Amino acid sequence: MKDEGMSRIVKTITSTIFPFIFIYGLYIIAHGHLTPGGGFQGGAVVASGCVMILVAYGSVWMMKKIKEKNLSVLESLGAIGFIGLAFLGLIFGEVFFSNYFANSKFFLFGEEVTFGVPEFANINTAGILPLMNFAVGLKVIAGLFAIVLIMAYATSKNKEGE
Amino acid sequence: MSKRELVGIVAFSIVAIFFVFTALMIHPFGSPPSDTNMDDYIIDNAQTETGANNAVTSVVFDYRGFDTLGEATILFTAVAGVILLFRRLKK
Repeated sequence: MKDEGMSRIVKTITSTIFPFIFIYGLYIIAHGHLTPGGGFQGGAVVASGCVMILVAYGSVWMMKKIKEKNLSVLESLGAIGFIGLAFLGLIFGEVFFSNYFANSKFFLFGEEVTFGVPEFANINTAGILPLMNFAVGLKVIAGLFAIVLIMAYATSKNKEGE
Repeated sequence: MSKRELVGIVAFSIVAIFFVFTALMIHPFGSPPSDTNMDDYIIDNAQTETGANNAVTSVVFDYRGFDTLGEATILFTAVAGVILLFRRLKK
């Protein structure tokens, strides 16, 4: 097998850095309603970390660990979650995409936020916005990583065949 | 000069003139445009209506949710297209 990735130094450094990138991306996704960022941006960060692993270890190794079929399932799950949350607005709220349990004292993301610049950010606010951020983040992570993984795998196979 | 080049030059000139005039008509830096009803509404009500401290996220996911839905659909279409395109190559 030709495609075995880069040298041992690169592999070690990559696997050392990867958890930090992963946690940072998840932080951006989870704090989307408080700080700059959100599902798309954090998902792109996490997907970039996964692509770094892919480049260091080679696409054949990566394809053995995780199939692109599973990534498609994850991506579709994110899409269904996003649009399902939007459709739940028709049932609990008035319109499509209505933020039905913001400021509703619901135990999950339902606390009220005071107007003005807050002294400290309360993460347990904003209703369906954090849930939508999670759905979009899952979708972006799986989608971008699936694109890069399948392209890298296909080109390496193609090179090997000729 | 061939006909093809002539058409290209004319089309480029029209687009360039359009861009230059648009750049000249833009409002000066630092002064907001005159009609700011929508901005003022969002700045005043985003926190109390959506409960999010980040007004940008409240616009992206709440006030303009359909736009985000379109973006998600674009990403889904891109992934589906790439997987469809490289499916034959994988075998």
